Amino acid sequence: MEFLQPADWAEALAVKAAHPDALPIAGGTDVMVDLNFDRARPGALLDLTRVTDLTDWGTDGDWLRVGAGVTYRRLIDELAGRVPGLALASRTVGSPQIRNRGTVGGNLGSASPAGDAHPALLAAGALVELASVRGTRRVPVTEYFTGPKRSVRTPDELIAAFLVPARPGAEQFAKVGTRNAMVIAVCSFALSLDAATRTVGTGIGSAGPTPLRATEAEAFLAAELPWETRGAVPESVAARFGELVGSAARPIDDVRGSADYRRHALAVLARRALAWAWTDPGGAV
Amino acid sequence: MAINQSTAPAETGLRGPRGEPVTLDVNGATYAIELEPRVSLLDALRDHLDMTGTKKGCDQGTCGACTVWMDGRRVLSCLTLAYSCEGHQIATIEGIAQDGELHPMQQAFIDHDAFQCGYCTPGQIMSAIALLREGNATTDADIAEHMSGNICRCQAYPNIHAAIREVRDADDGG
Ligand SMILES: Cc1cc2nc3c(=O)[nH]c(=O)nc-3n(C[C@H](O)[C@H](O)[C@H](O)COP(=O)(O)OP(=O)(O)OC[C@H]3O[C@@H](n4cnc5c(N)ncnc54)[C@H](O)[C@@H]3O)c2cc1C
Ligand code: FES
Ligand code: FES
Repeated sequence: MEFLQPADWAEALAVKAAHPDALPIAGGTDVMVDLNFDRARPGALLDLTRVTDLTDWGTDGDWLRVGAGVTYRRLIDELAGRVPGLALASRTVGSPQIRNRGTVGGNLGSASPAGDAHPALLAAGALVELASVRGTRRVPVTEYFTGPKRSVRTPDELIAAFLVPARPGAEQFAKVGTRNAMVIAVCSFALSLDAATRTVGTGIGSAGPTPLRATEAEAFLAAELPWETRGAVPESVAARFGELVGSAARPIDDVRGSADYRRHALAVLARRALAWAWTDPGGAV
Repeated sequence: MAINQSTAPAETGLRGPRGEPVTLDVNGATYAIELEPRVSLLDALRDHLDMTGTKKGCDQGTCGACTVWMDGRRVLSCLTLAYSCEGHQIATIEGIAQDGELHPMQQAFIDHDAFQCGYCTPGQIMSAIALLREGNATTDADIAEHMSGNICRCQAYPNIHAAIREVRDADDGG
């Protein structure tokens, strides 16, 4: 096994182009499990931890651009006000030790349907910035996932960053697991309410082959919310919203829960997230 | 697996295992050891540096027995590549007693009977000291939540939490 440790971003892209089969490693919290149990035998490891470009964040026009190597801990400590939904999701990832190392770039790299960053990125309308020596492209996260653990990323590309609107809406994240930390979500749901544009964003995790949006539920809620009066959300609207979120899921039965249970749980999570987000004093709504 | 197979073009200036040993800074001392690239920090510590205080419970991130500090932050050594640790300061349970005096957290674990078999204890202690440094131990619920990455099969949790509270409430704060 080779070990490739580029010192900067240009070098990282050159190395990935020369070794498209090299397995990138950032926090290592997914990769090391596979190595320790001999589930992966990559020809080369591409260590990204020296590439400081990946650990920067800053604004880029109307967007907030966050490097792929920013850890969950830093998202929570430094960016909770700018990526509120993602920071809530980050708090539920693994344990403090996992959050000190694990990155959103690694979550996107693994592209697991259970990745906790994904629903929050979907709800926020994020872009994923992919780069190679051929150039850089920004892919809407809605188009990024193509199947379980698969994405549109090509073998010579690395994930550079993700981008979210610099002015977030009122965002929420809720997850059902068997216990508070250290669980793979049974299912999870993220919501973003943007009063300025009167739009609704959603993201569903662990309830289909990829993370999903509930597009019908988004359109329904955007039309029905009393944006003008800021009055209470009618119970019938909340209930219908929950139903539509549940029916957008494409869950399978597995050891963590049945498909019916997941649909039901999603409806409950969706109603709860809506209640929180609509009354959220800290949000932009 | 050979450790010296880098075919990367020389002009990229890659740092790689071209035969040179990996340099690790552990508890303030510097060690140069030859390792395969895939070796975890945990295996490097236990099998190559004979520092067996850090324990291997699961090798997959779920038990916390392998918790060490990297630049002062708690991380899981089983999920950290030894090669990635170059240039960083690693601290293990072997290094926290000072001048023959137990660290206050070690003493509190003894005073509160915070272990039975002791297998999880080094990881619990490294995690507990870091927790107090992080400042997230105000309530019992905080302590339980932020120690959730450290499992104790002997169920010594009440005693572990009592030890943490004592050090938290002591004047010097540990
Ligand atoms: C005990 C435990 C608990 C966990 N709990 C959760 C949880 O609650 N929620 C959750 O979502 N996840 C969880 N995980 C999974 C893991 O922590 C996350 O997926 C994390 O985000 C991975 O980030 P990383 O930086 O450690 O990735 P790595 O392991 O370094 O990499 C993961 C994948 O992404 C690729 N990659 C990394 N960076 C890049 C890049 N810049 N460009 C291209 N590819 C890249 C790697 O090649 C690899 O395929 C858990 C893992 C463990 C071991
Ligand atoms: S051995 Fe590292 S977490 Fe269990
Ligand atoms: S004391 Fe035995 S596992 Fe904790």
